[in-house]
Order: sequence, then structure tokens, then C-alpha cells
Amino acid sequence: MKAQDALLGASRMKAWELALWLALLASPLALPTHALIINEIAIVALFAISLDLILGYSGIVSLGHAAFFGLGGYAAGLLAKHISPDPLTGLLLAAVVSALAGALMSLTVLRGNDLTRLMVTLGFALILYELANKLDWLTGGADGLQGVTMGPLLGRFEFDLFGRTAALYSLTVLLLVFLVLRRVVHSPYGATLMAIRDNRLRAMSIGIPVASRLASVYTLAAGIAGMAGALLTQTTGFASLDLFDIHRSADVMLMLVIGGTGWLYGGIFGAAVFKVMQDVLSNITPQYWTFWLGLFLVVLVMVGRERLVRPRSWFARGKTQEAR
Amino acid sequence: MLTILFDGIAYGMLLFILAVGLSVTMGLMNFINLAHGAFAMVGGYITVLLMQRLGLPFLLCLPAAFLGAALIGALLERTLYRPLYHRPHLDQVLFSIGLVFMAIASVDYFIGSTQQILQLPDWLKGRTELGSGAWQLGMGHYRLFIIAVCLALTVVLQFILSRTRFGSRLRASVDDQRVAAGLGINVNQVFLSTFAVGSGLAGLGGALGAEVLGLDPNFPLKFMVYFLIVVAVGGTSSISGPLLAALLLGIADVAGKYYIPKLGAFIVYTLMIVILVWRPQGLFVRQGGK
Repeated sequence: MKAQDALLGASRMKAWELALWLALLASPLALPTHALIINEIAIVALFAISLDLILGYSGIVSLGHAAFFGLGGYAAGLLAKHISPDPLTGLLLAAVVSALAGALMSLTVLRGNDLTRLMVTLGFALILYELANKLDWLTGGADGLQGVTMGPLLGRFEFDLFGRTAALYSLTVLLLVFLVLRRVVHSPYGATLMAIRDNRLRAMSIGIPVASRLASVYTLAAGIAGMAGALLTQTTGFASLDLFDIHRSADVMLMLVIGGTGWLYGGIFGAAVFKVMQDVLSNITPQYWTFWLGLFLVVLVMVGRERLVRPRSWFARGKTQEAR
Repeated sequence: MLTILFDGIAYGMLLFILAVGLSVTMGLMNFINLAHGAFAMVGGYITVLLMQRLGLPFLLCLPAAFLGAALIGALLERTLYRPLYHRPHLDQVLFSIGLVFMAIASVDYFIGSTQQILQLPDWLKGRTELGSGAWQLGMGHYRLFIIAVCLALTVVLQFILSRTRFGSRLRASVDDQRVAAGLGINVNQVFLSTFAVGSGLAGLGGALGAEVLGLDPNFPLKFMVYFLIVVAVGGTSSISGPLLAALLLGIADVAGKYYIPKLGAFIVYTLMIVILVWRPQGLFVRQGGK
């Protein structure tokens, strides 16, 4: 039984994880004045986790992940405005719509090299941006989709002005998705994804169906990104072109890199650090905070991004580079 | 109709000059450089500032834009870019996006976020019209000037690449860096000079394009996609690939925005995705390279 324990140990819930989730779920109640930003962090964390699935676990560099975020956001907004104000239906619809788009797009990311993939994903996000901009009878164009009113959650909990329900709602969705993904990445399926990331040729030659694995994980990630977008629209009651913006795709990649790619908590920590950093920096220099963000990125890459999440390596000079 | 074709060609030539340096960076060192537009912006601002503050003539500002951008390019290549050549693509993407953010914010801080206006000299302002009716060809003198300059540059580049010793060294390094180094070619030096020239050309393109494309601090982000399209579609192994891709892009963009203004940008992006899905390595790939 010892060997089995050792193998399964990696996928078991640890005590600190339990404590972290309890703290996260309690945070909107403990800090009611910060509920809005907690809500925002939970949403971008979900978005970052979905990117981690394809970037960190499968090695697909995507600069257009906001496409699915926006798609989900608009889908949920339109549903709420025209058909049914129920949040959970909207969440489901957003996930389905973006997953379908993801399945379609996955055909394109299977081909080519990193540059091609970068361009294709970026192009897809830009097309959707233009589409949302031009179809103003449906989406409100540059003014955004206004007048989205949400019904109470589960028919009981109204969304309040201070964002407490919203934050709890987003955190719960984040937790549920996280638990599912935790199973996924620790399953044999997740192991094959990492094998593909590390060496595609070798993975192919030991019989892993590379194309279908990549396509399915891309679809899954797209669906989750759509859910994140839906959460944002539902909790803010507004969807705008900003959802598709290239800034959003770049930001989420940043968060993931700050938190560390290839482990699910990276997205959550990265999102928290990024949002707090953005909040603080844009309070100091409202207009020029992107400069500090840029500087941070450049320095981060120069010293090696693995070091940020492994404090031990700060003192062992140059070792991380050789280890790779 | 001919006028649109003409404008499209001028636009395409401009894009080619802007992007050709990028295609070498990507082809030679396999480096995904999203910050190429920042060099173009530097060139554009050098020109605008020299003309506005010091009153230098336009023609004198163009070489200054080239030199300024080339100098900055060389400096950055030596200090920041070189250590990253063999790092994963994600690192390169993050690094160059960071550079773009910094460039945008600094220009915004020092010069201001308003769109800069370039005062053209009088002899470039006019417009000549030939023919009549549907086949009328209206040529802005400035666009004519752009086409002339870019054509001359293309010929010079092609000559350097195919006839000179430096050109053959460069081609050898692009084809196979290790073998080239084994033959005694100083690949680092070849790359430093190529990077500098590429940045300089971007600066020149930015200076020439300030009037056509518009110049504001968001320039690198706005046109990043266009440069990348040129490189991704044109392939990185020759000079004619990016040239044809740039012309195609220029004409498609101008024509699309004229005939179907509602669909303007879609055409370009959709075309790009279709081409890249069809031929992931770019339209014009030379066989036998790396």
C-alpha cells in the first residue's frame, strides 16, 4: 500500500488547501467593504485557471483567450436581457457557447508552430471584437450591452449593491470548477496532456492521441473561460467590448505567469497579486501604471519566471537555468 | 478603383518596410518579438519632434529616424534580447509585451497621448490625376513618394541580401545557425547588425507612415497585429514573401475598408486565419531551409 499512497499523495487535498478555500469563502463576509474586488479576483482567477489548462498543462501559447471570455459574457448578458434572468441558466449557456467556439477553434490550433498559433488565436479574438463592435443592434456596439438585470440566485439570494452575493457566487463557481479540474489534471488524461507539452513527438510515439487530447482540452478551457465571462457580466450587469480586448488576453497570461504555470493555484495566486498590484499602482499613478507592469514583466523574464514561485531558488544562483 | 489599388500598394509597401526587420528577427533567431512596433514609434516620434521643435526639413529627419531607431535597437539587442534567444516562446512573448507597455507609458508621459500631426513639405502635398471615369487614377504625391522610397529600399535590400558577402552570411545563418557558426561566421555579430538595421527600417517606416497611419502612443499595439500578419503569412525565409504578403494585406485592407466599411477589419483577420490554417508555415516557404 505504501507505493500506492506515494503515487496518490500528489492528488490528495492537503490541509493548507482546505484552509485556503475556507478563508477564500469567508473573505466576502469578513471584508464586506472589499467584496467587489474579491468578486473580480475570483472571476479573473477562474479565467486564469482556464488559460493554465492550455498554456501550463498543454503548452499551447494563446494570445486570444479573451475571445471565449467575451463570448461567454455576451451570451450570458443577452440571455438575461431577452429571455431569462436566471443566473445559473446563463452560466450554463455561456459555458456551452464558448465550448462550441473552442471546439471549432481547436481545429486551427492543432496546426503550425507557436507563431502561427499565436496569430490565429489573436486573430480570432480580434474578429469577435469587431463583430461585437459592428453588430450594434444585438450587442450595443461600442456602448456595451446595457440593461442586464439578473434575477435572484437559486430563486432566493438577490444580488446586492455591495457585491456580497456576487462574490460568494463567483467564489463558489471557482471552487466547483477548481475541484473538477483538480481531478482532471491528476487523472491519466492530465498526465497525457503534460506528456504532450513536454515532448509532442515522444507522446505521439507512445500512442497518445495528441490531436484529440489537445482539441478536447482546448474546448474545456474555452468553456471555463466562457463561464468566467458570464460571471463578470452577471455580477456587474454590463457587457462591453472590453471583454474581448487584447489587454485582457495579455493580462490573464501575466497573472498566470506571476502565479506560476502548470499548477492550478498559480491562476488564483496570480490573479490576487495582479489585481491588488493593479489597484495599488493605479492609485499611485492612474495613467502610467502600465509602465511599472511592463518593467515588472521584463525583469521577471530576465531573472527567470520559475524563481518567483520557488523562493528557495533565489539563493542558488544560476541553478534554475541549468536544471531546465 | 485604380486609386484604391494605388493606395493599397502604398500602404502595403509601408507595411513591408515596417515589418521586414521583424521577419529577419523571427527567421534568424526564432524570436517572437512583439515589440517591433515600438521601434517604428520611436522613428515616428523622432521625426515629429525634430520637425516641430527644431524645424528641420522632412528629408533630413528620415535618416535621423533610421539612425535613432537603429541605435536603440542595437543597444537593446545587446543588453536585453540576446540572453532570451534560447528561452521558451512564452518568455519572449511576455518580455516583448512588457517592453511595449513600457514604451507606450513612457511616450505618454514625456510627450503626451494626443495624436501627433506631421507637417509635410509643400512639394509632397499635391495630387495628380490621370485618366477619367471608373479607371481614374488619383495619386497623392506623398504616397508616390512612399512607394518610391520603399521600392528603392527593397531593391537595395534585395541586392545586399543576394549579392554581398554580408548577405550570404545572413542567409547562411538563417538556414542553419550552427553550421554557419561552424564555418566561422560570427552569427552574433550578423544578428546584431541585422537587428539594428531592421529596427532602423521600422523607424524609417514609422517616420514615413506617421502621416498615413497616425501616430500616438498606442501605435505599437495597434499595428503589432499587422506586422505579425505580414511575417506569419509571408514566411521568414526570404524577402519576397513578406513583400508579397504586405502588398496583399495593404490592398485587402484598403479595398475592404472602402467597399465594405462595415466589414473592414474582418476581411484581413479572416484571410489571415484561413491562410494560416491552410499553410501554417506561411504562404511563401522556400524548400530546403531549416
